[in-house]
Amino acid sequence: MPIQRSGRYSIFAIARQAMGQHQGWTRAWASPEPRDRYKVVIVGAGGHGLATAYYLGKNFGITDVAVIEKGWLGGGNTGRNTTIIRSNYLQDPSAAIYDKALKLYENLSQDLNYNVMFSPRGLIMLAQTEHEVRGYKRTVYANTLQGVATEWIEPERVKQLVPIINIEGPRYPVLGGLYQARGGTARHDAVAWGYARACSDMGMHVIQNCEVTGIETANGQVQAVNTARGRIACDKLALVVAGHSSQLAEMAGFRLPIESVPLQAIVSEPIKPCMDVVVMANTVHGYMSQSDKGEMVIGGGTDSYNAFTQRGSWHHIEETVRALIETFPMISRLKMLRQWGGIVDMTGDRSPILSATPVGGIFVNCGWGTGGFKAIPGSGWAMAELVANGRPGPLAAAFGLNRFREGRFVDESVAAGVAH
Amino acid sequence: MLTLTCPYCGVQAEETELAPGGEAHLKRIGPAGTAEEFEGYLFARKNIKGVHFERWRHAYGCGKWFLAARDTQTMQVFGTYRAQTPHATDDIVGNARQARPEWVPDWPQASEAVVG
Ligand SMILES: Cc1cc2nc3c(=O)[nH]c(=O)nc-3n(C[C@H](O)[C@H](O)[C@H](O)COP(=O)(O)OP(=O)(O)OC[C@H]3O[C@@H](n4cnc5c(N)ncnc54)[C@H](O)[C@@H]3O)c2cc1C
Ligand SMILES: [Zn+2]
Repeated sequence: MPIQRSGRYSIFAIARQAMGQHQGWTRAWASPEPRDRYKVVIVGAGGHGLATAYYLGKNFGITDVAVIEKGWLGGGNTGRNTTIIRSNYLQDPSAAIYDKALKLYENLSQDLNYNVMFSPRGLIMLAQTEHEVRGYKRTVYANTLQGVATEWIEPERVKQLVPIINIEGPRYPVLGGLYQARGGTARHDAVAWGYARACSDMGMHVIQNCEVTGIETANGQVQAVNTARGRIACDKLALVVAGHSSQLAEMAGFRLPIESVPLQAIVSEPIKPCMDVVVMANTVHGYMSQSDKGEMVIGGGTDSYNAFTQRGSWHHIEETVRALIETFPMISRLKMLRQWGGIVDMTGDRSPILSATPVGGIFVNCGWGTGGFKAIPGSGWAMAELVANGRPGPLAAAFGLNRFREGRFVDESVAAGVAH
Repeated sequence: MLTLTCPYCGVQAEETELAPGGEAHLKRIGPAGTAEEFEGYLFARKNIKGVHFERWRHAYGCGKWFLAARDTQTMQVFGTYRAQTPHATDDIVGNARQARPEWVPDWPQASEAVVG
């Protein structure tokens, strides 16, 4: 299938469609019948699965690929997250993969010819305890060595950047912040849709409403997946299913160091523009940005026990909102319009897993937990390399499963208690 | 909100009164264990979507650890039992099987033997 992307959503196309009452738009991606064999099958059409497929095609010329999704594409955590993008992590391997992702995000709209609405509006992580002050200063030093531009800013500068903030406390005074000017947000659905269209244009199959129910192996080697639409054979299989990683691993006969917990978000009624940076307050487990529609997008903490309910516990909202109201008094009278949850895949060191597995030909990409939206392009890039070559490149090398056996953690849990 | 009955003091505790302690019935690996066994004990988790056995502490109550059987998909609680129990009791197994007939306990015999 020829790649014909250029100009599809041009201003001329919009004008032409306007005359035809917008009835003539074609679907952005095909919905093909699954074939009975692919070279690579990717389970999960979230951002990470789709980006893996995209870079398999773009960087390695592998297009005999199917991305199989049980629901609709982007309907998992990718379509449920609060879209914060940053790369100010503490450890070198994290900074490398998240900053790769950020750099790819900077040109993603051009690369996919699809407006992902990347908005590098700047991001502040508030320090509200002495411990956080020390922690974030340490991160700034680490980032400087890593070549990731971040800075420590004093409370006055925080107030300048975020006029609606209350830096005085009393309970959670703002003592300063870790500022990354290149951080920001993007439109989550568009990221999934843009990758899906590009994959479809390369001739890959994105197959929705097709749950994977079993994995066939023989002599320690993957053979096929069983799905709601029949058996699909493959040479290589990538499991990229976030909160359901343990379930897929079980089908293949191994266990992962993953626990699935709900994480929730809420969105307010739309209001006039009032805050043009992203603000994270990790001590109080809350973070907030304003969407292009004017809604205040608010994320909270995870539930502390395993669950698959895509809902989350009520008291977390209460905690988050209670704390944010002190920091942003003007939101106290906002009505909240929607609340939802996603099932996030937590590892012990709060770092992802990009790895080969005990079964030959099966690779996993998971463990992004509460903060993987920002990583989508970098993760797809590194995962494509892992799947194509059968071994990790420099971006994925530190994130193998063997780190749990060998005690080589990439510890981000101290660096950022909530991390999104 | 999740509510669990503490098997020690009998209080119906809301989750804000409790501290979760993760998967129950993990076998502690001693100094003679292999790297694989330690890895399994420390990190590999069943992370079940369905009938899950887990540890809880009645943190803002009597302070004791206990165990609960809960469906992680529907949030139904099948019962709570004392931490000294090697497996969930038969009535809890019964409750779980009623809700999920396809589920079978993964220990050899569903017995209610209580040790120590
Ligand atoms: C409320 C919330 C807020 C968040 N905020 C942020 C944030 O601000 N910034 C940030 O960087 N990250 C954030 N995250 C985390 C981020 O959303 C995730 O890390 C990321 O989207 C994971 O993408 P994914 O592609 O791995 O998973 P998903 O998007 O969940 O995709 C996995 C897909 O696999 C499919 N699947 C599962 N089982 C099967 C099966 N058996 N067969 C076929 N398909 C299957 C699912 O249906 C799903 O579509 C947030 C998450 C939540 C829930
Ligand atoms: Zn008690």
